[in-house]
Amino acid sequence: MRAAVVVFPGSNCDYDTYYVLKDLLGVETDLLWYRETALHRYDLIVLPGGFSYGDYLRAGAIARFAPVVQALPEYIARGHGIVLGICNGFQILTEAGLLPGALTKNISQRFICKTVKLRVENNATPLTQLFRYEEIIELPIAHGEGRYIAPPETLERLKRNRQILLTYHGENPNGSVENIAAIMNEKGTVFGMMPHPERNSEQLFGTGAGLKIFRGLVHLV
Amino acid sequence: MKEFVVRVLIEPKPELFDPQGQAVERAMIELGLKNISGTRVGKFIKFKLKAVSVQQAREKVAEISQKFLANPVIERYSIELEEL
Repeated sequence: MRAAVVVFPGSNCDYDTYYVLKDLLGVETDLLWYRETALHRYDLIVLPGGFSYGDYLRAGAIARFAPVVQALPEYIARGHGIVLGICNGFQILTEAGLLPGALTKNISQRFICKTVKLRVENNATPLTQLFRYEEIIELPIAHGEGRYIAPPETLERLKRNRQILLTYHGENPNGSVENIAAIMNEKGTVFGMMPHPERNSEQLFGTGAGLKIFRGLVHLV
Repeated sequence: MKEFVVRVLIEPKPELFDPQGQAVERAMIELGLKNISGTRVGKFIKFKLKAVSVQQAREKVAEISQKFLANPVIERYSIELEEL
């Protein structure tokens, strides 16, 4: 098992994610500069949160053309491993067309940083396998552009294939359609989530639910 | 080669709720501008481009708009070309 956490200009959750994988879970992990394209030696690639390229144009719009992101389709197609995008990483994956839909400005027009309740909609995936179906968990969000949008036919497909993994529970903080907080691609090899599991991976920072996300991911790979 | 000034206008798709547009519209009304509606806030991108013809310039700009400047899931764009 070997993981990589990609570092873009403007990433700021890279080291937290690295710490969870390396220090809390003992996974051999590299911080991978965004110009790297040799991805085949990794079983898990995480695109972390932050503000790659200052969120210029749209969040993730410029990072999607970075060499490391351009190398992802082949990595995924060859089944080398799985990809997780957290927050800005999720935005990059939708911009790159590796996950359907788009993430746009929160309905409130505000940056929201707080802990939210989430419901596990599908627990038969690497990301969610350590939770019960419909379990309510807590994770922090921190984003200005987290409102998930997709055309009706895409939403229909997401539901039919059970690609919606986490939904906001109780309160929808950003106006996401269908309360969507996390999705995966059809094959279950690419995951995107707006909440930050790396910020709730120790009891000191909450319930520790985020650690279960990473533990689930690295168990399977 | 001809040279063009290119203006790409990007706005949220009509079916998409635009909270920024709504906030700006409310503020305009509060500032005394009456009889307004349908405010949308988008982006304006301007650059110069050399191409052999208007048609070629338009094709190139459409391609980069579709691929990069606008996100077709949430935005639509229009292009203006002005020959220098």
